[in-house]
Amino acid sequence: MNEPLIQVRDLVQRIGGQEILRGLSIDLFPGETLVLLGKSGGGKSVFLRHLIGLMRPISGSIIVEGQEITGLMERELEPVRRKVGMLFQDGALFDSMNVFDNVAFPLRERGERDPSAVAEKVARALAMVNMTGHAHKMPVNLSGGMRKRVALARAIISPPDVILYDEPTAGLDPIVSDSINKLIRSLQKQLRITSLVVTHDMISCNQIADRIALLNEGRIHFLGSVAELRDSRDPVVRDFVDGRSGETVY
Amino acid sequence: MRMLSIFSGLFSTLIASLGELAMLAGETFSSIGRGRIRVGLTLRQIAEIGFGSQLVVVVTGAFTGAVFTAQAYFQFASLNMETAVGPVVTLAMFRELGPALTGLMVAGRVGAAMSAEIGTMKVTQQIDALRALAVNPVDYLVVPRTLAMLISMPLLVVECVGLGVLASYYVGVEVLNITGVYFLANMQKFTEGSDIFMSLIKGFVFGGLIVFISCREGLRAKDGAVGVGRATTATVVTSSLAILIVNFFLTMALNILFPAGQR
Repeated sequence: MNEPLIQVRDLVQRIGGQEILRGLSIDLFPGETLVLLGKSGGGKSVFLRHLIGLMRPISGSIIVEGQEITGLMERELEPVRRKVGMLFQDGALFDSMNVFDNVAFPLRERGERDPSAVAEKVARALAMVNMTGHAHKMPVNLSGGMRKRVALARAIISPPDVILYDEPTAGLDPIVSDSINKLIRSLQKQLRITSLVVTHDMISCNQIADRIALLNEGRIHFLGSVAELRDSRDPVVRDFVDGRSGETVY
Repeated sequence: MRMLSIFSGLFSTLIASLGELAMLAGETFSSIGRGRIRVGLTLRQIAEIGFGSQLVVVVTGAFTGAVFTAQAYFQFASLNMETAVGPVVTLAMFRELGPALTGLMVAGRVGAAMSAEIGTMKVTQQIDALRALAVNPVDYLVVPRTLAMLISMPLLVVECVGLGVLASYYVGVEVLNITGVYFLANMQKFTEGSDIFMSLIKGFVFGGLIVFISCREGLRAKDGAVGVGRATTATVVTSSLAILIVNFFLTMALNILFPAGQR
């Protein structure tokens, strides 16, 4: 098997006195789409934020393309962040800029000054996410799905090696969710981008995953293929797959 | 015992806040020193701070000069010292009122807006998005605002003082019938370049206080809209108090360098 692109070992994080991650270890291999499942509030997004240094772990190791990143200073993380893009749950578009400027932002920040080159690349990125014709809209005038598409265009305009997706289908209707899932899959095929998708949406998981990991109580409880997840007899996995809470309502 | 622990808590909070402010200022000046300056964003901020504050500064300067002149005249007239009104108002405007009032008004208008804007970006993950796109938030948000504030504030102070003096002349000479020649002659006699310099230094220092306090409060905002509101309030209160306290120490220090009343 290839060398992992991202290697996480024994990651521990505590927030407000509560241990969110308790020695999480996982590998992400080049070209794959790994889906990380888990309960809401279970630490999936927290884990994702560690992978580009937005949060620092209490202990553990994160190696991105051969470089240990847990001890890096904010400015030393910049080269890592150019290789690993992130799609935030609500898109996190800059609300003072229109769609065009949001998508063009990474290009301009990396020194692209030619307006026609910027316009061409923005148009191509918007076309890839089916947002052609919306370039002059402000983020406030976009729906949730559109915001995520624009955020995705912003993330891929300078194609990274890896994209981290934080709940890409959360709060979207099934049709828009389906189109986002297809988009993630097509980006992986067209641009060969490795993807790590955090979600609790089983439909999404079945559509896009090469491998699935289940995060439970701060650790990876299950790691395998879609078929292995479906056939698993582990009670924690079954509860999640079948959507059972295990609580009794009186 | 309980009072002691409250005071020690407040003291450690104050020290931690000052430390954070110093670190933010250090990082900002280090970025400026390394040339990480976005000219377009800085110009936009100058327009926002300088041009956007015109009404506030004009009204503050003019009416402070006018009312101070009227009050000074009413007191000095009983001593037949009406012609001293000009220099008293001018010196007070240059040395104290112009910088302090401009600082307080800009803290309320610009500082609050800055803190709210950065705070909203923080709670909506826009600052995380900046970091994820390998853009340092200090370079992108704090440096342009700092440069714009440090350029704009001294100019706003000069404008405030200038309008205060003009209003003083108008009220003193045209409304209260002080002899214009004496008013101007005394004003010129008692006002020196050091007074203008003191005014500019204070404007510069107050600008720095406002921008670093506002940006720090915005960058540490949390808990959604409530947190942004809290950050905005904290900005206005802290900046205003800081201006008033630092003004005293600046006055004492600058009076050693540029003594008043030694002419």
